[in-house]
Amino acid sequence: MAEYKYTPENFKSDQQVKWCAGCGDHAVLNAVQRALSEVADVLDKPHEKFVFVSGIGCSSRFIYYMRTFGFHTIHGRAAAVATGIKTANPDLSVWVCTGDGDSLAIGGNHFIHALRRNVDLNIILFNNEIYGLTKGQYSPTTKLGTVTKTSPYGTVEHPFNPGELAIGAKGTFFARTVDAEVMLTKELLIAAAKHHGTSVVEALVNCMIFNNKTHASFAADKATRAENTITLRHGEKMLFGKDNNKGLVLDGLKLKVVTVGEDGYTLDDVLTHDAHAEDTTLHCMLAAMKFPEYPVALGIIRDVDAPCYDTEVEAQVASVKAASKIQSVDDLLNSGETFTL
Amino acid sequence: MEQNLSLLKDVVIRFSGDSGDGMQLTGTLFSETSALAGNAISTFPDYPAEIRAPQGTVAGVSGFQVHFGSAGINNPGDKCDVLVAMNPAALKANARFLKADATIIVDGDSITADNLAKATFTTDDPITELGLEGRNVIIARITTMTREALAQSELDNKSKVKCKNMFALGICLYITDRTTAHAHDYINTKFGKKNPAVAEANNLVIEAGYNYAANNHLSHNAYAVEPAGLPKGKYRTINGNVATAWGFIAASEKSGRPLFCGSYPITPATVILEELAKHKSLGVKTVQAEDEIAGICTAVGAAYAGNFAVTTTSGPGLSLKSEALGLAVMAELPLVVVDVQRGGPSTGLPTKTEQSDLLQALYGRNGECPVPVIAASSPSDCFNYAFEAAKIAMEHMTPVVLLTDGFIANSSEAWLIPQMADMPTINPPIATADEGDFMPYKRDERLVRSWAFPGTAGLEHRIGGLEKHAATGNISYEPANHQQMVTTRAAKVAAVVEDLPLQVVDGESSGDLLVVGWGGTRGHLCSAVAQLREQGKSVSHCHLNYINPLPKNLAEIFASFKRIVVCELNEGQAASYLQGIFPQFKFERYNKVEGQPFNVAELVNVFNEKLN
Repeated sequence: MAEYKYTPENFKSDQQVKWCAGCGDHAVLNAVQRALSEVADVLDKPHEKFVFVSGIGCSSRFIYYMRTFGFHTIHGRAAAVATGIKTANPDLSVWVCTGDGDSLAIGGNHFIHALRRNVDLNIILFNNEIYGLTKGQYSPTTKLGTVTKTSPYGTVEHPFNPGELAIGAKGTFFARTVDAEVMLTKELLIAAAKHHGTSVVEALVNCMIFNNKTHASFAADKATRAENTITLRHGEKMLFGKDNNKGLVLDGLKLKVVTVGEDGYTLDDVLTHDAHAEDTTLHCMLAAMKFPEYPVALGIIRDVDAPCYDTEVEAQVASVKAASKIQSVDDLLNSGETFTL
Repeated sequence: MEQNLSLLKDVVIRFSGDSGDGMQLTGTLFSETSALAGNAISTFPDYPAEIRAPQGTVAGVSGFQVHFGSAGINNPGDKCDVLVAMNPAALKANARFLKADATIIVDGDSITADNLAKATFTTDDPITELGLEGRNVIIARITTMTREALAQSELDNKSKVKCKNMFALGICLYITDRTTAHAHDYINTKFGKKNPAVAEANNLVIEAGYNYAANNHLSHNAYAVEPAGLPKGKYRTINGNVATAWGFIAASEKSGRPLFCGSYPITPATVILEELAKHKSLGVKTVQAEDEIAGICTAVGAAYAGNFAVTTTSGPGLSLKSEALGLAVMAELPLVVVDVQRGGPSTGLPTKTEQSDLLQALYGRNGECPVPVIAASSPSDCFNYAFEAAKIAMEHMTPVVLLTDGFIANSSEAWLIPQMADMPTINPPIATADEGDFMPYKRDERLVRSWAFPGTAGLEHRIGGLEKHAATGNISYEPANHQQMVTTRAAKVAAVVEDLPLQVVDGESSGDLLVVGWGGTRGHLCSAVAQLREQGKSVSHCHLNYINPLPKNLAEIFASFKRIVVCELNEGQAASYLQGIFPQFKFERYNKVEGQPFNVAELVNVFNEKLN
């Protein structure tokens, strides 16, 4: 492991952060800057190898606040631009900052295809379940029935669950955090950076202005989170609760919340988290858990190995280069059928 | 009985049949044979959008026209000397393309009640019904003779009948006094190892067609043409799409920047992506994106990362790419967007040619968003203009739109192979680490910013689609700054003119009529003007390749002619563009939107009217 001795300060730009006071994005920015100072050592990549790419929306302003290479692109297209950057230069550590509108509505296509190709990108998906920058319209993750400016009588659209979408697209890494859990966010970002392939870290963030407390039922404070979320760790029992005595078990084809020591359930009955399982079934069920029936799953839900698009492209270029007779444009122009007059 | 007629200057042959009959291959093999014999060639594939349109119908007819000659051939010819029609529908679809003394070769076996009905003939005599009695009609039982030639073959009946296009090729090779050697070489290379039975069958049928023509006293050299006096050197035949792809690869080598292509398949541009995907040995990376938008966005990303990036498309795709093209303008990144124009609007005529995307290329974006626009004008010069587009993009840090069209993209011609040592170097303004406090929007005297690759220490910076401060590159909403940036971006594109060659006029530099064209119509306009000049008419031809910015000396040229007519395959887009820039001149128009190239005879008529 290299030692660049970076601090979070090394990743702070000179630009004033313009998010509203109390916006969850501040906490994620804080976690990213902390994480990067460690990721540089873990990946042995100096400061200049980091590139942040974003689309449009409040969270997409993120890149201006990072003292790294940054590209603030157009609405929904960050994943596509980032795919081009990473394919052109696989040596870069490429990060995408995007929101629920940016990546799941206008950019839905690029989001699922980045996952399908497994480009080595780290996507931070800021999910506040609302369009903030356009001042409060419902998004593809807004809960059914929510009253917003464009749904004055409540939405009649079913929301996406980003985890189900990512894992359904055979995403190789999906993790979830909440804005207030800065240290967890940092930990997940480092894991995402280490993962080869498309990593999605869903950050549940609060929008004070247009969708305040949308995650509060399970994330309002430490006590609520302990009781109503479960932080999954690979190889560990799926336990949660302030006394760490609630667990998840399989009941037929469904997950079920039980209390260890009650109704005949013992610790042995509680599932052990296998983030590396190839099969997506259980990962999907975990990602889909909704409060209050279930705790909301945080942590790394899925983390599996698979070939990365960018390195596969690079390898193919190298192998064709080694085998081909055509090594220059003159070779190309004179290849195949030619005739002399 | 061999006749020895005098050699012809040029001949046009049109091969036509069902879209599954192999007419494109037959035409291609015939053209290559002619090129190998030293003729100048120009070809034109004319096929339906459907892969296999209903068999036997006029809608399903696929055609391939080849024009070969002993002197400069620069278009595929208006009408044909020889028509090969594999069925009544092909005869019906192509009767209008026949010269008065044309020879028509029809597969007699195809003239059945069923096929006549499918082609909506009302009698059982298609020749008379189409008024072709006076022509030299040869009704040959091509299907039967193909089957007989393969009596000993192990192939099933269907596979045998599939070889009938080679019978037609054999006939045409005989009457043009060509050898069958190239056709055999092709068949042996293509099928020799993989499927020897198929190779043998095709080879037998080529000879059977050739012998049939000989034994039936078809004139051996009725359509023979002397070799053209082309400059000495090494040649190959090339179509516009392949030439475009190769021009980009050449630009990559000359700039030292790896080539990246992000594209989505779309007719008639797909071949560029397919061609680039083959050449990984030259470091080319291709991403077949999930849509047109991702095509350009991956390219914009690759350009940001320091690759020479291109995206290839046709009209509807260019519409989808508009917003991202604006991002490249704002971010000031080099990028080439190729639009192989086809008939529009909307899905329009996917396999047919048109020039109706000019104004979209010039203006089809939100905001004040200028880009250089250049247009190629023949299959082989797609190579040069792809290279030029790349050079302008990288040296001026701007996206460039390269316009070609379905006609030159699919047409082919003989091309004198260039040497890379003769091509200019491309020098992008790459930022280096020692620049100190890096300012991404600091400009040189040509107003060009530098290209700072991620991964270079000390150059960390942020760019994006928001307006930025002229000096620092940070976001800025200041009124005066926005005005300054809009003006600067326009001036940067205008400054490209300093690198452009002066406009050349074909013919006298002054006179009665100036024919103005742009892009893929050059060959037809050139032929029409040449014909009139031979008759002593005062007409010259000015063909534009650089549309934005325009060459510096245009006003001077326009002022030297009494009348100016702008000819284009749209409803007058270049004419209105020029009229806006040069209000002091009157630009008359000749426009056509039939999905087909111009016809030389029609142009001659139009110009004659203007000259009288």
